[in-house]
Amino acid sequence: MTDTLIHTRLPDRAPPASETGIIHWARTNLFSSITNTILTLASLYALYVLVPPLLNWGLLNANLAGTDRSVCDANQGGACWTFIKVRFNQIMFGLFYGSNPDQIWRPVLAFFSLVALVIPLFFDRFNYKGMLSAFILIVFPFIAFALIHGAWLGLPVADTSEWGGFLLTFVLASVGIVAALPIGILLALGLRSELPIVRGFSVFYIELWLGTPLITVLFMASVLLPLFFPAGVDFDKVLRAMIGITLFQSAYVAEAVRGGLQAIPKGQFEAADALGLSYWKKMLFIVLPQALKISIPGIVNTFIALFKDTSLVSIIGLLDLLNMSQTASKGLEWKGYDTEAYLFAAFVFGICCYGISLYSRSLEEKLDRGHKN
Amino acid sequence: MAGPKNTVAWHRNPLIRGIFAQLVLVLLVVWGISTIYANTVANMEARGIQIGFGFLNEVAPFGIAFSPFIDFNLGESTYLTVFFIGIQNTIIVSVFGIIAATILGVTVGIMRLSANWFVSKIATIYIEVFRNIPVLLQIMFWNFAVFLPLLPGPRESLGGGGFFLNNRGTYLPKPVVENATANTAFWLAIALGIIAIYVLHKFSARRQEQTGQILRGKLIGFGLLAALVALATIIFGAPFAFEAPVLGRFNMTGGIEIPLPLFALWFALTTYTAAFIAEQVRGGIEAVTKGQWEAAGALGLSRSHLLKLVIIPQAMRVIVPPTISQYLNLTKNSSLATAIAYEDIVALWTGTSLNQTGQALIIVAMTVVVYELLSLMTSIALNIYNKRVQLVER
Repeated sequence: MTDTLIHTRLPDRAPPASETGIIHWARTNLFSSITNTILTLASLYALYVLVPPLLNWGLLNANLAGTDRSVCDANQGGACWTFIKVRFNQIMFGLFYGSNPDQIWRPVLAFFSLVALVIPLFFDRFNYKGMLSAFILIVFPFIAFALIHGAWLGLPVADTSEWGGFLLTFVLASVGIVAALPIGILLALGLRSELPIVRGFSVFYIELWLGTPLITVLFMASVLLPLFFPAGVDFDKVLRAMIGITLFQSAYVAEAVRGGLQAIPKGQFEAADALGLSYWKKMLFIVLPQALKISIPGIVNTFIALFKDTSLVSIIGLLDLLNMSQTASKGLEWKGYDTEAYLFAAFVFGICCYGISLYSRSLEEKLDRGHKN
Repeated sequence: MAGPKNTVAWHRNPLIRGIFAQLVLVLLVVWGISTIYANTVANMEARGIQIGFGFLNEVAPFGIAFSPFIDFNLGESTYLTVFFIGIQNTIIVSVFGIIAATILGVTVGIMRLSANWFVSKIATIYIEVFRNIPVLLQIMFWNFAVFLPLLPGPRESLGGGGFFLNNRGTYLPKPVVENATANTAFWLAIALGIIAIYVLHKFSARRQEQTGQILRGKLIGFGLLAALVALATIIFGAPFAFEAPVLGRFNMTGGIEIPLPLFALWFALTTYTAAFIAEQVRGGIEAVTKGQWEAAGALGLSRSHLLKLVIIPQAMRVIVPPTISQYLNLTKNSSLATAIAYEDIVALWTGTSLNQTGQALIIVAMTVVVYELLSLMTSIALNIYNKRVQLVER
């Protein structure tokens, strides 16, 4: 009898070195062809030329110690982050809080309570989203104003003209979007209305603001607005800018909501009509809840644009994040360090806008999946 | 007793309600506008200003540094001229910005899709950095933190051979007509060449359709154009002389001057808008389904034909409309010129002229009308394009 042949399965051999790991990755992504190789080498050279000097200036050789410019003047080869460190409160919170650092807890508290209120909205299983959003949009602005301004609570008064820095940027953008939402929704409904005059008015209003640059609108708000009201009625500058921004932004919100309204199938309108609902009930309970959900990414995108555009108020003399940083670098104390000021403001703007745009993109994907059959 | 009537009460009739609602809206708008107008007139009279267009014919008491096409003479030119110079300068920066942003945007968009990891990552970083920072900040950064301090003064200007760059601006040689016959011949040759290109292209396209024979009419046409221009130059002499900028006592004189604020504004608007255009380009190319690439490949099309005949026409349909809106955005953003003292319409008109005359209402209204016209032109262009490329559905 011969021995029975028993096949034992050998373990899989490892793939060749050229097909896995970093070598394979580099071969497919960096050196797959001659052109590709040239491109890779060219990019590497560009990085070699650009990155080390910038890294040296911005980080390795930078100044952070000390409290005045003598440190930076002694070491000119590096960035002067000491300036940002010393003026941090002023750049983030404006003149009042910059000179009263013991009061900074007020805007900080307002900001973090807003964050705490917004977080539950991100959980799908949280059931009171509508009520919470209404609270954030309608009640919270007054709480925040009371905290930051202070007069209603008997705290030291921080007048709106002394608000500045990132605080002012954030307030302008939030007020702009919150106040523009209802106007924008009404305008979007007006665009889809069957009443010709209402439709015509909405079209005219929206086109007027969409075609005009924000800076013209801000000039209008700061120069013309006081003329529009009887003598004696006076607004402060911040309020004027808020009104201008709100009117401007409502047209963009209307455009975003219009897109959402267009996506609602006709059957929804007809079904609401068949139930005998009135126009407002139909819109409030059937159409808008669906349309607004679809238009959220669009509205968020207009918010990003608005957040960046609030920097334009520095042209009409408000001390927002951009103007505050710039002003801080124009004083005798820190003259000549405006590059650092611009870069810090750009960093703060960039982080905020990039963060919101990441959120908006994930939202788009989520909503997109929900609507695919 | 009569049964319930089959009609709705008059106050619930949608038709009557609609008319009533619109009437209320009209009354509100009329009341609002008339109140605002009355208040404005009263307020301006209190400041001693009579609303009216009369000021347009008054002489403007300030100087203008940059106006390449419209002559401005201090002490003679009127506010109306100032208005047109503002429009001119807005159009100049917008046109050059649009051209450069398109080139840069398309390049970055294609880089973003590159198979090369480095190239695609660099493009991504470029896009995310430039579009997430306010354009005003970028304009000020380039102007105040980069170009102004880093470029040398006029005496140490960079460049040579008629091209100079310093912290006052960019200087290029200026073509000057010296020999009129040579100049006429030059332009005549160009016109003839363009006609030749068109005719030959049409002819060869028809021939190809009828017989399949490829004639390369366009290529021959371009050759003809070059030959004609060369001939005209040889026979009649050079069509232009170039006047090079020279270093004067304080600054460059002669040549074409591009002031630094214009250069900085153009640079910032270009790099900012290019980031948005790049995203449109990427989205447009990704929107062409894989099947289209495979089908075109299966037909045996060469790579250039595949791109030219199948992919680009379909991608363009997605890319062009949002890109045209980006062009409008660039034009609107050029209004930020006022932050770095480039004399566009907002800086000259809504800024300086308004301060000088106090005619706030009319000046702001005229500015808005200019931008509305630009916006209207954009949407007309958009509609024409959309009509042309619309899918013909059967």
